[in-house]
Amino acid sequence: MELYELTINEAQEGLKERKFSSLELVKSCLSRIKKLDSKINAFITVCEKKALKQAEEADKQFGSLDRGLNNRPLLGIPIAIKDIFSTKEIKTTAGSKVLANYLPVYDATVVRRLKEAGAIILGKTNMDAWAHGSSGENSDFFPTKNPWNPGSVPGGSSSGSAAAVSSGMALAATGSDTGGSIRLPASFCNLVGLKPTYGRVSRYGVIAMASSLDVMGHLTKDVTDSAIILNVIAGRDLYDSTTSEKPVPNYLTNLKKGVKGLKIGIPKEYFIEGMHPEVKERVLVAIKILEKLGAKTLAVSLPHTKYALAVYYIVQPSEVSSNLARYDGIRFGFPREEFGAEAKRRIMIGTYTLSAGYYEAYYLKAMQIRTLVKKDFEKVFNKVDILLTPVSPTPPFKLGERKNDPLAMYLSDIFTVTASLAGIPGLAVPAGFVEDMPVGVQILGPQFSEDLLLRVGYTYEQETLWYKRRPNL
Amino acid sequence: MSKKSKTKNQKSKLGEEEVRHVAELAGLALSPSEVRKFQKQLSEVLDYIEVLNEIDTEGLEPTSQVAGLENVFREDKVGSSLSFEEVLSGTKNKDRGMFKIKAIFDK
Repeated sequence: MELYELTINEAQEGLKERKFSSLELVKSCLSRIKKLDSKINAFITVCEKKALKQAEEADKQFGSLDRGLNNRPLLGIPIAIKDIFSTKEIKTTAGSKVLANYLPVYDATVVRRLKEAGAIILGKTNMDAWAHGSSGENSDFFPTKNPWNPGSVPGGSSSGSAAAVSSGMALAATGSDTGGSIRLPASFCNLVGLKPTYGRVSRYGVIAMASSLDVMGHLTKDVTDSAIILNVIAGRDLYDSTTSEKPVPNYLTNLKKGVKGLKIGIPKEYFIEGMHPEVKERVLVAIKILEKLGAKTLAVSLPHTKYALAVYYIVQPSEVSSNLARYDGIRFGFPREEFGAEAKRRIMIGTYTLSAGYYEAYYLKAMQIRTLVKKDFEKVFNKVDILLTPVSPTPPFKLGERKNDPLAMYLSDIFTVTASLAGIPGLAVPAGFVEDMPVGVQILGPQFSEDLLLRVGYTYEQETLWYKRRPNL
Repeated sequence: MSKKSKTKNQKSKLGEEEVRHVAELAGLALSPSEVRKFQKQLSEVLDYIEVLNEIDTEGLEPTSQVAGLENVFREDKVGSSLSFEEVLSGTKNKDRGMFKIKAIFDK
């Protein structure tokens, strides 16, 4: 087994026991990047020198620390960062030519916490510009390929993060999720993707897309790694006043407690006409497996689900148009002429829905219906502990297939935007293959139920072991 | 996925003139071919979101945020901040510790 194939959990053990050094681990990932990334295009920036230097420093610390690693759980672990997170003195583009030369002067809180925990940044990953997209094709630089099939999209907007982890170029990667941008690419690349509760993880220093929806999370090879990273990044941040003061539990503690007696709801609105029958089949199989493991499942209804995508496509572009107004090319970056087509579309939709005479008809109405979507979840979580749904109606689609049809692209997010509107957490877990391409299932729970989602995800993945499959590269 | 049912009776929500107006409000310069392309694409999206008119929202509270927090304060203490040099490091257009921009008023 090559070092780049390890999970974080496995690498931690190996590093502690001195089976290999951080330098060897980092070199293994860097050689993987050199070998594959000219084809996959996962990275916008690779920080080879810095990463090697940090690895040497980490190895020295392993030499001097005596089991004092509890404060630095990620010491010597190479990860990738989505290019929407500000990284001090490392170019941060958000996938857009507007920021093609932008060097932040500070780190995002998530990045700072990962660095303090000892993680090594290998580089910055490609993405749909400003996180606008479901395929990665809206990157202003180049599209990322799906490591499982270079003719397919890896999912977006965290396209490079998904492709990098899936192909062994990094042990894990950060992502941001506004309407599905972590869960969809995780599902399309056979990875575990966590969108935490709104306010569980700081947004500080992450280039804002839609501020009432943006949530920071990560893509990992398995559920244990997802818990390890959440332990590091979750919690109150004085620089983001929407972060919660709720205490952060150790997300590893309850992972192995199983699903016996849990009530799992299956919302009928998530099995719509037009969805791929085999994707539906994968979810039905997952339900059977969880029942076999001792969970009770029951059919439930979230009646306003069919309105969620329309609500999302008012609220989100409205907030986008406001957030992207600050890019004027004066203080940093390039002028607004550099915006790509999708950013222009969303800025214009948002400007329109917020403009005089249309505000009540669109933005206010959408916020009112957002209340109904949120209440649907609150009601259903009085009856069940979690919900199980598909991540997307289809398996990974072909590059180019939806690129010039914005509405078709938007429909990829139909099952993920609901959780974003309600601010609840969602976990995507590998659930098998359709037409030789990976698909995932989505586990949803009430706000701040990450602990439970990870427990269900862990139980399911250990029974099915789909997550162990890697693309043949 | 109700895309098909919507395109049947598609009517253009946005005329080209309106597209140009919205672009101007947003500080975007569009080419004539972009105006045509966006006119069609944006109208399609606006048609799609018409589905919300099925719901009577009279008297419903809007949800503008889901954090559930109100009036979050911090102590009024001065902390460290970025240096002038750092703040100005992203631009070439600077002069004596300030950003240099195009004149807004005539002399």
